[in-house]
Amino acid sequence: MNPSATAAPTVLPGRGLYLSFSLAGDEYAVDILGVREIREICPITPLPQSPRHVRGVMNLRGAVVPVIDLRSALGLEETEYNKFTVIVVLSVHDRTIGFVVDGVSDVLSLDESAIERSLDLGARVDSSFVSGIGRTQERFVVLLDVERIVASDIPGGSIA
Amino acid sequence: MSEVTVDIEAFRATFFEEADEHLVTFESGLLQLESTPNNGEVIGQIFRSAHSIKGASGTFGLNDVMTFTHALETVLDRLRSGELVYRADVATVLLASVDVLRALLEAARSGGAAPAEAVEVRLSLERLLSPAKPKDPPRRTMGVRFIPKPEFMSRGMDPLAILRDLGTLGDVLSREVDASHVPELRLLDPESCHLAFRVVVTTAATDEKIREVFEFVDDLCTYELREDTPEPAPRPTEAAQPEPETPDGRPAPLAPVAAPAAAPNAASTPHAPAATIRVATEKVDKLLDLVGEIVIAQAMIVEATRSESSDSAGRLNDALVAMDRHTRELQERVMSIRMVPIDSVFRRLPRMVRDVAESVGKKVKLVVEGETTEIDKSMVEQLADPLTHLVRNAVDHGLETAEERSKTGKPDEGTVFLRAFHQGGNVVIEVADDGRGLDTDAIRAKAERLGLIGPDAGLTDEQLHEFIFHAGFSTAAKVSDVSGRGVGMDVVKRNVEALNGSLSLTSERGRGANVRLRLPLTLAILDGLAVRVGSQTLVVPLLSVVEAFRPTQSQVREVVGACEVLDVRGRCIPIVRLHEIVGAFDAQRDPTRALVCIVEANGTHAALLVDDVLGQAQFVVKSLEANFRKVDAVMGATILGDGKVAMIVDVPALTRAASSSPVPVLTSAHTQARRPVVAQELQ
Repeated sequence: MNPSATAAPTVLPGRGLYLSFSLAGDEYAVDILGVREIREICPITPLPQSPRHVRGVMNLRGAVVPVIDLRSALGLEETEYNKFTVIVVLSVHDRTIGFVVDGVSDVLSLDESAIERSLDLGARVDSSFVSGIGRTQERFVVLLDVERIVASDIPGGSIA
Repeated sequence: MSEVTVDIEAFRATFFEEADEHLVTFESGLLQLESTPNNGEVIGQIFRSAHSIKGASGTFGLNDVMTFTHALETVLDRLRSGELVYRADVATVLLASVDVLRALLEAARSGGAAPAEAVEVRLSLERLLSPAKPKDPPRRTMGVRFIPKPEFMSRGMDPLAILRDLGTLGDVLSREVDASHVPELRLLDPESCHLAFRVVVTTAATDEKIREVFEFVDDLCTYELREDTPEPAPRPTEAAQPEPETPDGRPAPLAPVAAPAAAPNAASTPHAPAATIRVATEKVDKLLDLVGEIVIAQAMIVEATRSESSDSAGRLNDALVAMDRHTRELQERVMSIRMVPIDSVFRRLPRMVRDVAESVGKKVKLVVEGETTEIDKSMVEQLADPLTHLVRNAVDHGLETAEERSKTGKPDEGTVFLRAFHQGGNVVIEVADDGRGLDTDAIRAKAERLGLIGPDAGLTDEQLHEFIFHAGFSTAAKVSDVSGRGVGMDVVKRNVEALNGSLSLTSERGRGANVRLRLPLTLAILDGLAVRVGSQTLVVPLLSVVEAFRPTQSQVREVVGACEVLDVRGRCIPIVRLHEIVGAFDAQRDPTRALVCIVEANGTHAALLVDDVLGQAQFVVKSLEANFRKVDAVMGATILGDGKVAMIVDVPALTRAASSSPVPVLTSAHTQARRPVVAQELQ
């Protein structure tokens, strides 16, 4: 389905590559295999009768792609979009979906042993959307489970 | 000799595709024979279909298919020679064979297991032959000399397949190869065939029958048939022993062939693989020419923008006009490639009608008209379900039994009409029957019971008919028993609306019913009216637009406890505030300072409140479901000239929603039904 994503650098067993980005001052990351592209913010056409975090749809080279505001989806404080705001286009369940984030930061290579899978995040973020916390030398990264985030928005996206 | 291993896969794909076509010819031929059992031309045609499948399946080594078609062919041969009469039992077995053959081919294509019924049906086929057995010409020993020409193999033929075919005619006594003409090794071209064969076979087949083996390679070989002197060899036992015969020479009762069980099998195959489309080379050549023109036009544009001469603006304009013309033509040509005759849906139906008619014990004639009407290929698949449903409904519920019919003075045989034709940029498909029609009393009773109408609601028959499209109508207690219709009609309606089409029904009690589907020619491109709502641009399908104007204050009325309505020349049309639906907070809220766009779907009107009408154009329809999901009130999206995405509004959904807003007594179903009520309240 997604040749661009499979072309990602080969990874050592037990290590995964993650694309990290910032949201409301914190760092989050998604598995890089699902990332199709990163693009700057563009005109978004609102969709009627949609939940608040679904901002609308954009034109991705002729394809109509839904755009989800990650701050809103995660229940974080929302802000105006600015010139640093980017859309991370991910492939989820064979669908192409754009996620608005404050800015992309890095590609991280994380060893499975550096990921904390059992979580207690308190009330700040809905922990059902989090697949783990990654630790690098100097920082913590929240690993997001995008499939769960969009589970309520796309048919067949619910997780067994 | 080694098997030739060219890229056999490509040929296989073609074989399966052609086999499907042969099967369709075969099946429709069989159904045609039902009315004209002695039509020699049709028998010949179905014989050739079976024979082609057999020949090609032998080439590909599909032994299951070959053995089966061989049995089938033998029966057809009897039919052709008049030894066997096309009776109902023969028809049933032959139709069952179509299903089996289809399943066998599918199994061969996907590498799955052969269907269980295959053996059973083959035995039934052989049983059909048994009464004719005594008439068989006596078995004799034939010597066949077969000399392929040198180019035999390079033309893709396999001499071994011919030998195998000969083997199926009877019992091979000897096979010899004459290799005396094979040249020296250094002169040998591996693709040439220098062998000659001699096969001695004991067979009951006629000379003609043996010649058929060579039918496809006639020009590539020479062959001789010669009757050998009968040898006193022990008479070999036949492969198919004659089955016990009934005394009067009629065939023994057939084993129950699993026709209904095989039917779903047959229905599912067309959806399986084969997403291919056959296009005349001429059409492709024209496309190529056109692409050439576009490349030239594009070069002209580049040239005109780069040149600094004074007339560059004029030349750019010319180039753009040319480009525009070519693009439009390209669009039309590409669309025409996607257009296929609607026959590909229709031809599935005669068989279904026959099966349903048989199972409910009715005599039914299906009259098909306009099967060459062309429609977009993508719609063909989606039309199959609703049409099947409508036709089945017509046979099952619409038509009466023969006894009932004769009581009312109708011919015993009921008729179902299936018509397709073009009408003003649309394809219209009609499914009509001459049955009992809709029982309006039963519908009224049911609607009252469901609380859809009050006990004294003054509704016309048309308004009552609309209720059968109501969702609750079909799922609740068996309506079909009383009203004659209603099973899943809401689903049919939804399917048709999903194709951007509409559906209407007329019925006369005791005279029959007529369901009319109106569909656009294509789903890919839509003529639309661009409108502005606040800062958003929306597209309204042009087909549903009636008019657009700025209403005066006196036209706008508010009904207490209900919605706003617009009085248009005495008709009350509910106002739909598009800005509320799409969340455009910057839009004009006052109808008298905005515009209304009157739209119509399925006879229901609505007045869409918009800020401005931007103009009409063609829009490429993009699905929202591809990457997201179905969104209410929107049928799709399109990309505007400036690269922005615009929503295409779903007019049927909007009119439905507008007519279901709170109104006393009538809760939903139909605006026409509630219009009189509103009008009364206004006075």
